[in-house]
Amino acid sequence: MQFTLKVWRQTGPSEKGAFATYDASGISEDMSFLEVLDVVNEDLIEAGTEPIAFDHDCREGICGSCGMMVNGQAHGPGTRTATCQLHMRVFNDGDTIVVEPWRSAAFPLVRDLVVNRSALDRIVESGGFISVSTGAATEANLIPVPKVVADAAMDVAECIGCGACVAACPNGAAQLFTAAKMQHLNLLPQGQSERYQRAERMVETMEEYFGGCTNHGECQFACPKGISIDVIAYMNRDYMAAKTKNRKLTGQA
Amino acid sequence: MELNAHVPEGPIETLWNEHKFNMRLVNPANKRNFKVIVIGTGLAGAAAAASLGELGYNVTAFTYHDSPRRAHSIAAQGGINAAKNYANDGDSVHRLFYDTVKGGDFRSREANVYRLAQTSVSIIDQCVAQGVPFAREYGGGLENRSFGGVQVSRTFYARGQTGQQLLLGAYQSLMRQVDAGTVRLVPRTEMLDVVVVDGKAAGVVVRDLVTGEVSSHSAHAVVLASGGYGNVYYLSTNAKKSNATAAWRAHRKGAAFANACFTQIHPTCIPASGAHQSKLTLMSESLRNDGRIWVPKDQNDVRPADEIPETDRDYYLERRYPAFGNLVPRDVASRAAKREVDSGRGVGPLKNGVYLDFNAAVDRLGEKEIFERYGNLFEMYERITGEDPFDTPMRIYPATHYTMGGLWVDYNLQSTIPGLFVGGEANFSDHGANRLGASALMQGLADGYFVLPATVGDYLAGMLGTKTVDTAHEEFKKSEADVADQTRRFLGTNGKHSVDHFHKELGKIVWDRIGMERDKAGLESALRDIPALREDFYRDVKILGDGEGLNDSLEKAFRVADFFELAELMAQDALHREESCGGHFRVEHQTEDGEAERDDENFSYVGAWEWKGTGQAEVLHKEPLTFNYVHPTQRSYK
Ligand SMILES: Cc1cc2nc3c(=O)[nH]c(=O)nc-3n(C[C@H](O)[C@H](O)[C@H](O)COP(=O)(O)OP(=O)(O)OC[C@H]3O[C@@H](n4cnc5c(N)ncnc54)[C@H](O)[C@@H]3O)c2cc1C
Ligand code: FES
Repeated sequence: MQFTLKVWRQTGPSEKGAFATYDASGISEDMSFLEVLDVVNEDLIEAGTEPIAFDHDCREGICGSCGMMVNGQAHGPGTRTATCQLHMRVFNDGDTIVVEPWRSAAFPLVRDLVVNRSALDRIVESGGFISVSTGAATEANLIPVPKVVADAAMDVAECIGCGACVAACPNGAAQLFTAAKMQHLNLLPQGQSERYQRAERMVETMEEYFGGCTNHGECQFACPKGISIDVIAYMNRDYMAAKTKNRKLTGQA
Repeated sequence: MELNAHVPEGPIETLWNEHKFNMRLVNPANKRNFKVIVIGTGLAGAAAAASLGELGYNVTAFTYHDSPRRAHSIAAQGGINAAKNYANDGDSVHRLFYDTVKGGDFRSREANVYRLAQTSVSIIDQCVAQGVPFAREYGGGLENRSFGGVQVSRTFYARGQTGQQLLLGAYQSLMRQVDAGTVRLVPRTEMLDVVVVDGKAAGVVVRDLVTGEVSSHSAHAVVLASGGYGNVYYLSTNAKKSNATAAWRAHRKGAAFANACFTQIHPTCIPASGAHQSKLTLMSESLRNDGRIWVPKDQNDVRPADEIPETDRDYYLERRYPAFGNLVPRDVASRAAKREVDSGRGVGPLKNGVYLDFNAAVDRLGEKEIFERYGNLFEMYERITGEDPFDTPMRIYPATHYTMGGLWVDYNLQSTIPGLFVGGEANFSDHGANRLGASALMQGLADGYFVLPATVGDYLAGMLGTKTVDTAHEEFKKSEADVADQTRRFLGTNGKHSVDHFHKELGKIVWDRIGMERDKAGLESALRDIPALREDFYRDVKILGDGEGLNDSLEKAFRVADFFELAELMAQDALHREESCGGHFRVEHQTEDGEAERDDENFSYVGAWEWKGTGQAEVLHKEPLTFNYVHPTQRSYK
């Protein structure tokens, strides 16, 4: 297969960027999209041009490192797919493919396709944890968790923190990410003690960095783990309650 | 160099508790005055940094990732072992200990393994309290499954993403400490040297990967949790950036490197599809619980799998190992697959795999149940190969997966450099010559949550009143200058080939000659070819750009340079170990029916190598192993 790649090149956050066009030929349909970038990079190095910088690591859709707009879609065509899981058989021979970094004010550009997503860590740092120090845990089976609850928590805990939801959102909102991280813990019995404090702190930290949600719903289609926007409703419920709930009654329904 | 494992005297069951009781403690008010540097924030590093922070130490954690949540640990699929005996099927701390020593082919230290088995139960408690969403029974209790060559159900799991969930638990605990101000987190920063002053670890030199700035950091103790070195093979199931640099630089500064040739090849990975292949994908071993492995009996059989009748199939594992069948340990399953493919009976377009077939399981349990168990793995497989395992059996082939070797550590996880501790896959400690499935996560978390916080504390207690070394000290300056020199050298070479080109060439040598099977001639030729290729690398590598910004090729060059030296040590270690054990299979040492032949008489020791300088032969030191609780037997899975 043969492709024409139009790739965003920018050497630093304050430099001017532009698209560069590269030819990728001799591509097999079994190759992953990142392997095509590898091939292009080898050619570039050969020709004395600096290779395209892009983040990646696991190359199997779990670390959340990779992430780029492919033909205007976060992580490219296909549902529930991270860029590294995109295989060339989904494209047609001869296609032109446009590749850009995540574009969001909260994700400053580092170089080419690499952006800084540390704002997501700030949200977790503000309350995305259960405060239990090492050694302070009780016997595991003393905390029964109904299977449906554990499954629901797992559905959202699968978030890989790639930032596709933010990149896909016209508002650059991080509601899907924040809700997933929060509800993973808020759904579980272990997470109840800090439920309202967690909701308040995570939402307010999110708002410091990211845009507001207006229910476009693009995020759930971009999410490589298919996390549903229902979880945002749970987050909003917890946040509202956080503002009205008498915290002394946290243990009661 | 003297190897002293510092294993306390006494009965193994109470050893660790006694040892903890005998440790010196640091007064809570003094803890803040002790600086600890942690390199790596995977399972072992994040757990250690969080736990040390909770105790009140002044911790700085470095990772080359942009966030701790991206560490290679995130990719672990299958599960984590613990001796909870929730399944009531006869498991116990002693059995987990026994299985691990035996599975490691009697090349691990009993005291360490016993502690690991003991600690396993607390790990599960800790993770559940953190909110790790492990699989549950309908009654709300934790569910277990049997995994990778063991006969009890002691593996805890979270769908096919156990590593992800455990790492997120550790990461969240770490971020809680970042919020509390006990841990300073420094992402996108790579450690390039350990600094040793007066024989003790005094700090590290790091490079900021975004700005290229090189800086020095001092501490009272340094913990390395930088992962394994599987990427020395180029193609492996490890994340692309996993590398040996932190461990190797420590080795060059005096930390012994143990059992370098003990590497694990995982039997169930997706075969390579061509020369472009950049990494290999693991299919969880749990698939072997329900999948049956076979190849066509006739090497010229080109029929599609569903047209090959039962009578023309060879379920070779079930045939050769009736007791364990498809669940034989990894090394046995891997070599068996290699034998089939080498004999021309491989399947797939490149004839480089064997079938893993779920038909019988679907007949027995129904498609729905199989989907429930392995749905996400099937999806992953289909995405990569374009084939649905419900229609066509999966194709699998072994790939490098884990490295049992690593920096030598004593019972306290301290290396031969005082004040330099090593946890997780980066150390050589608990798995001997072969690691059992679901035991790396257990070891990483045991080290990080429970062992290091205690033993590092004991070391620090002895440092009371001492100041950290000033980073203006000449040793720091020398390390900084070395990094700057190496950077200049790489950028100034302007040769013909990319770093990846050399890494692939090195990988081929290592895979062919220090892979699933090794022999004297191959190892000797590796010892000639690796240094020659290394010379080419330094002469002919082409790295564009400068040292002042994000430069992927430059990052890789540092790592590949260290892989070259490590590969040589692997060959040397494999050559000297004239026996077969675990992941180390020497063709010259096998039984009549092709099984590994161990030599306890001469090789029941840990081989720890001491660096003597570039171009000098490394020197071997031996830590003898004694087995007082599990008596060495030849492994048999017949
Ligand atoms: C595909 C796959 C599946 C697996 N499945 C299982 C399983 O089911 N069960 C099981 O028990 N085990 C499994 N394993 C093994 C297990 O995942 C690893 O052994 C374990 O996660 C290693 O953890 P770690 O903390 O030691 O290192 P890692 O997770 O590799 O972390 C290394 C850390 O060190 C940092 N680092 C490294 N070098 C430097 C440096 N120079 N400077 C700064 N930072 C540095 C990295 O940024 C990273 O944070 C699996 C492995 C693979 C490859
Ligand atoms: S590289 Fe890890 S998710 Fe794509």
